[in-house]
Amino acid sequence: MLEIEIDGKTIQAPDGSTVMDAAALAGIYIPHFCYHKKLSIAASCRMCLVQVEKAPKPLPACATPVTNGMRVWTHSEAAVKAQKGVMEFLLINHPLDCPVCDQGGECQLQDLAVGYGGAHSRYREEKRVWINKDLGPLVASDASRCINCTRCVRFTAEIGGLMELGQAFRGDHAEIMTFMGRALDSELSGNVIDLCPVGALTSKPFRFSARTWELSRRRSVSPHDSLGANLIVQTKHDVVRRVLPFNNERLNECWLTDKDRFSYEALASEQRLTLPMMCERDTWHTVSWQIALEFIASALQSITREQGGQALGALASPHATIEELHLLQKLMRGLGSENIDFRLRQRDFRGDAVRGGAPWLGMSVVDIHDLHSLLVIGSFLRKDAPLLAQKVRHSAYRHGLRVSAVGPNAEDWRMPVAARALVAPSAMVAALAAVAAALAEETGRTVTERLARRLPAAADISGEARAVAQSLASGEKNAVWLGNFAVQHPRAAELHLWAQEIARLSGAALGFIGEAANSTGGYLVGAVPGEGGLDARAMIESPRRAYLLFGAEPDLDFADGAATVATLARAQLVVAASAFDSPALRQAADVLLPIAPFTETPGTFVNCIGEAQSFNAVARSRGEVRPGWKVLRVLGNFLELPGFDHEDFESVRDEALAGGIPARLDNAIGDVPEANAPVPRAGCLQRIADVPIHFADPLARRAPSLQKTADAAPPAARMPAAMLAELGVNAGDRVRVRGSGAVELHAVADEGVAPGCVRIAAAHAATVALGPMHGDLSVERI
Amino acid sequence: MSAHALILAGAGGERAWRLQDYAARGGYGALRRIIAEKTPPEAIIAELKTSGLRGRGGAGFPTGLKWSFMPYAFPGDKYLVCNSDEGEPGTFKDRDILRCNPHAVIEGMIIGAWVMGCTRGYNYIHGEIFEIYQRFEEALEEARAAGLLGRNILGSDFSFELFAHHGYGAYICGEETALLESLEGKKGQPRFKPPFPASYGLYGKPTTINNTETFASVPFILKMGGEAFLDLGKPNNGGTKIFSISGHVRHPGNYELNLGTPFPELLAMAGGMRAGRKLKAVIPGGSSAPVLPASVIMDCTLDFDAISKAGSMLGSGAVIVMDETTCMVRALERLSYFYHEESCGQCTPCREGTGWLYRVVRRIERGLGKPGDLDLLHSVAGNISGRTICALGDAAAGPVQSFVKHFADEFAYHIENKKCLVPPLVQEAGSQIYM
Repeated sequence: MLEIEIDGKTIQAPDGSTVMDAAALAGIYIPHFCYHKKLSIAASCRMCLVQVEKAPKPLPACATPVTNGMRVWTHSEAAVKAQKGVMEFLLINHPLDCPVCDQGGECQLQDLAVGYGGAHSRYREEKRVWINKDLGPLVASDASRCINCTRCVRFTAEIGGLMELGQAFRGDHAEIMTFMGRALDSELSGNVIDLCPVGALTSKPFRFSARTWELSRRRSVSPHDSLGANLIVQTKHDVVRRVLPFNNERLNECWLTDKDRFSYEALASEQRLTLPMMCERDTWHTVSWQIALEFIASALQSITREQGGQALGALASPHATIEELHLLQKLMRGLGSENIDFRLRQRDFRGDAVRGGAPWLGMSVVDIHDLHSLLVIGSFLRKDAPLLAQKVRHSAYRHGLRVSAVGPNAEDWRMPVAARALVAPSAMVAALAAVAAALAEETGRTVTERLARRLPAAADISGEARAVAQSLASGEKNAVWLGNFAVQHPRAAELHLWAQEIARLSGAALGFIGEAANSTGGYLVGAVPGEGGLDARAMIESPRRAYLLFGAEPDLDFADGAATVATLARAQLVVAASAFDSPALRQAADVLLPIAPFTETPGTFVNCIGEAQSFNAVARSRGEVRPGWKVLRVLGNFLELPGFDHEDFESVRDEALAGGIPARLDNAIGDVPEANAPVPRAGCLQRIADVPIHFADPLARRAPSLQKTADAAPPAARMPAAMLAELGVNAGDRVRVRGSGAVELHAVADEGVAPGCVRIAAAHAATVALGPMHGDLSVERI
Repeated sequence: MSAHALILAGAGGERAWRLQDYAARGGYGALRRIIAEKTPPEAIIAELKTSGLRGRGGAGFPTGLKWSFMPYAFPGDKYLVCNSDEGEPGTFKDRDILRCNPHAVIEGMIIGAWVMGCTRGYNYIHGEIFEIYQRFEEALEEARAAGLLGRNILGSDFSFELFAHHGYGAYICGEETALLESLEGKKGQPRFKPPFPASYGLYGKPTTINNTETFASVPFILKMGGEAFLDLGKPNNGGTKIFSISGHVRHPGNYELNLGTPFPELLAMAGGMRAGRKLKAVIPGGSSAPVLPASVIMDCTLDFDAISKAGSMLGSGAVIVMDETTCMVRALERLSYFYHEESCGQCTPCREGTGWLYRVVRRIERGLGKPGDLDLLHSVAGNISGRTICALGDAAAGPVQSFVKHFADEFAYHIENKKCLVPPLVQEAGSQIYM
C-alpha cells in the first residue's frame, strides 16, 4: 500500500494505482473524458491535469502512478487553470448547440463545461466541420461533436477484439472513422454509444425520440442469452424508449450486447399479440380472456378425461420466466401429464436419465479471469454468448488464457485460439475421444474404464487433438465448456460424457454455456419430462392430441421447425401463449393468448452461473396482454387444480425455487451407451446449423434495427472453397439445398466450415423447409 | 567545411561515404579496438561522460548518462534506435551525415549495442530523403559484407543486426516514442511517459534512442579520448557540433564547429549577410526554438548553456537567419502553419491549440487582426505549453511567445494598420536569391 495525500486527504492506495484510482477511492472527482475504468489509458484529453508537488508541470491523474508520500491538488489554482485551458480547447471546434444535440442532458462535456468552461467563447475563427460517417444501423455519427477521446477506438480494439474504428489523419484534421467505408458490425457495437462522452456517437433507433430527463429508469434483466445481463430500461409514457446497461461487475460489467440493447424495438412491433384470439372454422376472431380460458379448460379436461394426461404436451420457450415455467409444469402435472419440455432445439435426451443436476457454467463469470486454459466444444461462442466471449477474449489477451476449440465451425472469435480441431458433426464424439486419449498420454492419468475401450488407437489421434490436449494439460486452472451446438447435437449425451472425461483428466471445471435466459432455470423448476414423460423431440415425433405452446414459435424455435408445424397443425387442440402473432402460429394453433414480454411482467431468470435474477414490469401492458404467470395461475383455477392460489409473482418464484439453487447445479453425467455413428449418405453434406444471434428468439427477430445488421443477413449455404469446387459451384451462385424439403440459397465460400459440411443457419423462415438442424443435405447448382 | 570538423572531415567527394574511404580515414578503428580488447561497457560509458557529449537531436541530454540507464542484464531483446527522422524546419545536418559519412553512424551504433547489450538496431530515416535511405541501405550492405554487422562481429561472439527503416515524412515521428510506434507499424503518436523507452521501448523492450549526429560522434570520441573531445568545446558542452545555417546568408549549409564558438564566427563562415543587409533575428536551434533578436544573438556563443541563458535553445543546431527585409508576422504564420499541420492530434491542447494559433496569426498577417489578439496568442500558447504528452505542444507555443515578445511592435503595427511594417516590395527583394 502507498500513502498519498490528495486535496489534503490522506489515502491508502494499492501499489500500481494511478492518482485517478486513488482519488476515486477517496471519493474525489477529477474531471476527465478519455479515461475509462475498463479501457487502456490514453492520457490524451488532458482534462484530468492535476497539480503534483515538485512536478514543474500539471500531470494527468489518469496516467500518473502514485508514489509514496506524493501530494496532489486536484482543485488548486494551478490545476483548475490547466483544466479550464483544456476545456476551452475542447469547446473551440465543438458545436455549441446543445439544445439540438441528442446527448443534451447526459453529456459529459456539457456537464463539465458548466464547471470549467467560460461564459462566452474567445474563439472567433472558423470552426472545423466533419462529415458524418455511416456506422451501420445501430450507431449514429455526429462527427463534428467528436472530441477525439478515442474511447470508442480503444473499445473496439480491446473489448470488441477488432479495431473497427480508428483515428485517421493528424492534428485537428484527425477524425474517427471505420476502415474504408465499412460499418461497425461487432455484436457489441452499441457500447460505444455509452462510452462516447459527447454526442458524436448516439443510438440510431433512439436518437431525438426523448430527452433523458423525460425517461423513467427501471432495472431489468435481459431475456436473451444465458448471462442475464442487467439492464436499465427507460420508458416514457409507458413505452420503452431505450435500454442501457446496469453495471454488474459479476456479470456484464458495464457492457451489453446489441441484442440486449436494441431488442426493445420489437415491443412496438405490429405483430404484437394484444387480444386473446380463437380460430373457428378457419376464421380467427378475438375473444375475452374469460371465454378463451373457459374454452381451454373444458377442452383440456375433456381430452384428459378421454385419453389421460399422456395425450397432452407442453412445449415452453427457454426464454420464459421461472414463474411461467413452474406454473406450466405444475399445470401439466396437475392434469396427469409428464410431457413437458423447454429444450426445444435439443435432439438427444439420453442424458436425462443419468444427469446429476441442472447444467450450468460450472464456475462464476469472474473466474474466467483466472483461467489458464479453456476448451470450448461445439459453440458459436462469439455470437451465442457475446459477453462470455468478451470475458474469454479479455482473459486471453491480458492474462494469457489459452483457448482451444473442438467443433465443426471456425469463424473468427476475435481472440487468439491456440488450438482448434475443425471436425464434422458426425466426427465430434470421436474427436473428443481423441482429445481424451491424448490427454491421458500427456498427463499420465488413465481414462475411466468404461470409456477406455472407446478410445482411438494412438496412431489415430490427430495433431489437432494433441494440440488441444497439450493446451489443457499445460494449465492448472482449466475449464471445458459445452456450447449450444454440442447441446443440440444428435449425440449430445456422449459429447457431454467425453467432455466430463476430458475435464476430469485435465482437472478442469465442466460447464454449459447455455442457450437462453432460463436454460439452467428450466431444469430447476422441473420443466422437463418426469418418469414416463415425453421430451421435446418425442412430443413432436409421437403426436399428442393437444399441446400447450408457451412463448415459442413452432417454425423457428424447434430442432425441426417443419415437422413441428406439421405435427401441431394436425393436433386437435393447440393453445399458444405468445407475445407475438405470426402466420406459423396461426397455422399451428387454435387459441392464441397474448402474454407479456419481459418488460410488462415481473419474473425471474436463473442464468448460466445459477443466479436467480428477478425483475419487475417496467411498463404497463398493451391491450389485453397479461403476464404469463397470471394466465397460467388463472387457468389452473379454471381447471380446478390445487395449489394455484398465488397472490404475487414472488410467491410463485419462492415455490418454484424452494429447493435452493447451488445444491441442485451439477454437470455430472453417468454412463451413456455409444450410439452408432450415422453413416453420411453418399453425395450428401452434413448440416451445421447455427442459430443466428438476431434470430434466436421472438423478440430479437422483430427488432427492426437489429434486422438491418450484418448479423441478420439472410442464411446462405456456407462451404469451404474446395467443397464448392467439388460441386461445381462458384461463390455467390444460387444453389438448391434438399433436406426434408428444398430451399434455394446463395453459396458462400467459408473456410471456417468443416470439410464435408455445409453451414446453413436455422431459426430463419428461409431455411425452415430443410427440416432438422442436423443431418444430411444435398446441394446442387441451379 | 571548417578546420574543426570531425564527422564531416574528409567526407566530401563522390566516394568518401564508402566503407573503404571511411576505413582509410581511420573508420572502424574504435570498434576494432573495443572488440579486440573486450573493452568493458562501463569504461566506454565513463569515456562518454568525460567527453561531455550531449544529445545532438535537440534536447541535449548527456549521452553517457542515457546509455547507463539501459538494464544491461535484462534477459531477451534490447533495441537500439537511431533517430534520423530529421523534420524540423531549418535542420538538415543528419541528411548530410548520412550522405557523406554513414559508416560513422553505423560504427557508433555498433559500439552502442556493445555497451548496452542490444541485439537489434534500427535507423529510422525521414521519408522525404529517400535517396539517403537508399544510400544507408548500401552502407549497411558494405558493413555486413565486411563482417562488421550481423552474427559474430569481427569474429567475436558479439552479434548485432542493424536495419534501415524509412518513415513517411511526419514530423511527429521524430519524437522518440512516436518513432517507436511508427517503427512498430502503428500510427505515429507519442506515448505517455513514464514508462520511458529505457524500460518499455520498442515492442515493449528496453530501448535507447539517439540522434544520428550523436552516434556519429561516438567513434571520434573513443578515438581521440573523452578529454580531448571535451576540450574542443566548453565544460559541459564537449566536442564539435554541426550547424545547419539557412536563411538570409550568402552561403547556407552545414558547418561543423567547436561548441562555444561565437555566433559572429559562424555567420562569417557562411559568408555573412546576403547583400550586406542588416541582421534582424535568428532562430538558433530549429523552428521550435524561441527567436532571438540580432542584438542578443551577436553576443552569444554557440553552445547549449549560453543559448539557453539567452532565452532560447541550441536544439538541433539549425540556425535560421533573418534580415531586415523579413516580416516577423509572416515568418511566424509560416511556422505556426507547420505546427498546425504536424500536430499528431492525440492530445487536446496541441490538437486544438495549434490550429487556433495559426488561424489568429494568419488573420493578423492578412490585416484582419483585432486589439487583444496578442494577449489571446500569449494566453493560448500558455495553455498549450507544458500541458501535452510530448514536446510538440511546447515547440508550437515557443515561437509564438518569442516572436510576440521580441517583435511586439511589428505585430501591433500589423493589427493597427492592417499592413506590414516591412513594405511588401522590400520583403520581395529580400527573398530574391542572389549573392
